Amino acid sequence: MLLLIPLLPFVGFLINASLGRRLPKSVSGGIACAAMIAAFGVSLMSAFSAMSAADHAVQQTFFRWISSDALQIPFALRVDPLSSLMILVVTGIGSLIHIYSTAYMHEETDGEYARYFSYLNLFAAFMLVLVLGSTFPVMFVGWEGVGLCSYLLIGFWFRKQSAVDAGKKAFVVNRIGDFGFILGMFMVFGIFGTLDFQEVAYHASQRAPELSMGAVTVATLLLFVGATGKSAQIPLYVWLPDAMEGPTPVSALIHAATMVTAGVYMIGRNAVLFGHAPITLSIVAGIGIATALMAGTIGLVQNDIKRVLAYSTVSQLGYMFLAMGVGAWSAGIFHLYTHAFFKALLFLGSGAVIHALAGEQDLRNMGGLRKELPITYWTFLIGALAIAGIPPLAGFFSKDEILLRTFAHGNLIMWVVGMLTALLTATYMFRLVFLAFLGERRHDAPAAPAHPEEEEPAAKSVPGSAGASGHGHDHDRGGAHGHGAHLHDAPPAMALALIVLAIGSVVAGFIGVPPAIGGGNRLEKFLEPSFEAHAIAPASPEFQVGEGRATTRVELPAQAPAEHAVSESTELELMALSVGVAVFGIGIAMYFWLRNRPAATKVARSAAPIYTLLLNKYYVDELYNALFVQPIKQLSTVLLWRGVDAGLIDGSVNGVGALVRGTSTRLRRLQTGSIRAYAASLFLGAVLILGWYLMR
Amino acid sequence: MVTLNQYLILSGILFSIGTAGVFLRRNLITILLSVEIMLNAVNVTFVAAGRFKQLVDGQIITFFVMTVAAAEAAVGLALVIALFRHRETLSPDAFTSLKW
Amino acid sequence: MDVIIFYIFAGITVLASIGVVSARSPMHSVMLLIVSFAGLAGLYIQLDAPFSAVTQIIIYAGAIMVLFLFVVMLLNAHTEDEAIPARLGPHALKFAVLLSLLIAFELVSAIIKLDRLSFDAASRNISSVAAIGRALYSTNGYAFAFEVTSVLILVSMVGAVVIARRPRSESRER
Repeated sequence: MLLLIPLLPFVGFLINASLGRRLPKSVSGGIACAAMIAAFGVSLMSAFSAMSAADHAVQQTFFRWISSDALQIPFALRVDPLSSLMILVVTGIGSLIHIYSTAYMHEETDGEYARYFSYLNLFAAFMLVLVLGSTFPVMFVGWEGVGLCSYLLIGFWFRKQSAVDAGKKAFVVNRIGDFGFILGMFMVFGIFGTLDFQEVAYHASQRAPELSMGAVTVATLLLFVGATGKSAQIPLYVWLPDAMEGPTPVSALIHAATMVTAGVYMIGRNAVLFGHAPITLSIVAGIGIATALMAGTIGLVQNDIKRVLAYSTVSQLGYMFLAMGVGAWSAGIFHLYTHAFFKALLFLGSGAVIHALAGEQDLRNMGGLRKELPITYWTFLIGALAIAGIPPLAGFFSKDEILLRTFAHGNLIMWVVGMLTALLTATYMFRLVFLAFLGERRHDAPAAPAHPEEEEPAAKSVPGSAGASGHGHDHDRGGAHGHGAHLHDAPPAMALALIVLAIGSVVAGFIGVPPAIGGGNRLEKFLEPSFEAHAIAPASPEFQVGEGRATTRVELPAQAPAEHAVSESTELELMALSVGVAVFGIGIAMYFWLRNRPAATKVARSAAPIYTLLLNKYYVDELYNALFVQPIKQLSTVLLWRGVDAGLIDGSVNGVGALVRGTSTRLRRLQTGSIRAYAASLFLGAVLILGWYLMR
Repeated sequence: MVTLNQYLILSGILFSIGTAGVFLRRNLITILLSVEIMLNAVNVTFVAAGRFKQLVDGQIITFFVMTVAAAEAAVGLALVIALFRHRETLSPDAFTSLKW
Repeated sequence: MDVIIFYIFAGITVLASIGVVSARSPMHSVMLLIVSFAGLAGLYIQLDAPFSAVTQIIIYAGAIMVLFLFVVMLLNAHTEDEAIPARLGPHALKFAVLLSLLIAFELVSAIIKLDRLSFDAASRNISSVAAIGRALYSTNGYAFAFEVTSVLILVSMVGAVVIARRPRSESRER
């Protein structure tokens, strides 16, 4: 039954990929949405059945995948608290985004529409495999698959050079991360002799934590490299802002709610393993918070609505990694879950705005949309409040939990930076709200034949890409959709998704209310079994396809280094502090972008170097280009292309031909055409043979 | 006494005369005649050897050789006639189309 | 006595053959070849093979050479055609002579190495026509080959007719 969960969207992919071109849009879109909703249903059922099972887990093996002496990898899926939460998020929010897309992508041709939905379904199938896999290789299948779908979907409008470049960039950068992941997998197998998550956790729990640099640390670091690639942390985050070239629902689904969370999930899945490598965890936390801060600063000055949200995603992912790094596994997953709601909401809202403005994405050309797009405005506002961390919305609880655990863990510097980032989050998010929805409609962006967005060119885009006008989706094919006169709010399909997500952003946090203010923190208790090691029955050499093996929970000593117990009063103080910071951030935004617009420009000018630095994303892309891309390109061109391919391979092939030709030119002179000469040579041969016999 | 050896030597000499004729003469008919000489040399060998071994098979074989020689001469001369029609000449050097 | 007869006939044969090879006119070559055949027939008789001798004269000299004569007359090839230049180089003659001498030398030297092989007394059973008939027409003899040879002759007849026929377009003109 578990197989149905990824199988349903996969079947949707097959149908749309093969027949989609001939199906009307309602059918192809309907099939895709139905597949997702059905998968959601099955996920619910699986989650419930897992709850009532022993150890709260259900594992099913479907076929023998790899069977090679010591390496036995069955294709097995496992539902336990952690993965059940993930599949519900993926299928639930995924379904909403599918429904939203039916309206958003409506102006594509039938073939393109079906292609979009086939990719989207395929992505969902792979993501579900990633989350449900019970071994590293099965997860890796999903890991690679979502990377592929990300490439396909980012470059969906493949006739636009910038989209193509962004897709390639995403794939290549992801691949670098995947390489680290593979090496990490190898090391895990080398250390533990198994690649099954439960078994690895069990074996890890039998060892002491590795306090110095050792094999486990290296393995977990390599796995973390993979996570930085997939989840856009330093140093492999550079693909995510460019990924905004894809359609907005794609950004919502893949680059906010699901794929980018894979890295966080992976660490959560291997909590016991990572718990035994404190050095890695410190690095994880450090990179997480550094990324959060860096992305926050960049997001503050971006002018493209989607870019702001992209950097916001990178920043929030940093928070999740911070949580994982201090051992607060369920806090990190909690934030993953709430973030999925409000970030998807924010992206879909921005999509509604772009849709209404017929492709306009520059904040400097917006304003005053509150009156004309009420549903969009109110849902967006809810999302913004949630991400800023205003109680009682979801973001408050999750973010606060992370900050609390960081503080309790003793990392005061990280806590301070975390607070600072929270301030930035509130500020840039409300800058977005005020610029887009309030005030009067402006057309401030420098008008040019092509909007020369400062942040537009990815470092590697084709120099002549100035032809990409209006940097939005190729949406305006003569659609007189609101150029000035009358804008329409989100159509029903889109509005439905927005409203449901808004409700989610409000209530989702209630499952993790901390005891300090009266809640029972149900989520943490729920997720607990997933972060513990279970003793397993010894694996039999023949594994049966069917239900999984019994496990019994192993009592563990606390795996994290000493945590200070934080008193309730301190907890409440910290909570109040974070709320205050959030409100302060909103206030700053209100001052600069609601009341006193020119002040913002003045500040920008007076701190011009800093402003330029931020606007150009700290020139990281340019740095990578100079350090890595150009040298590799040079090497490939000179050595591999000209040297090996043209010279060696072509040379030898042509050489063989030339050899044959030369030899035959010389040999054919034997054919003189003279009969007598032939007769003479015939006899000469006879003479020679005869002579040889005589000699013997 | 005449021994077999002498007959064999005779046959060898006739054979070499035949081969000399094949690639020395520039007339197709003469070439065919030289081939006949060679065949005759072989015939002598067979008859002599048959006599030596007291078997009748030697003569039988010469019988067949003669038959085949007749067939070959017929076809060969037909070819000569056909070739003559094309080039009005009987020199083998005129037919060099199979040159490289 | 035998020896003298042998050398006479052998001499005739060899000289005639040399004449065939070196005669200017094809007509002369054909005539000389007939002489050579006659010499050979004599040799066959000395070898107690009367049947072979007779068939030699009848078939070779009587049929095949007549055929050659006809063709020579038909093609008016009395003389050798000198108009076409020789394709082989100037040394070809020397090379060819050398080659033939080489063949002769090899053959002769091979034979010289043999022991003296003398003939036993003649036996009628070997060379009588009855014996030959028995060998040719009995099934554990050469009967099958005999029949096949008849097919061979048929095929060559047909082939010769086909090859030497005038092309169709010419015959239609008439």
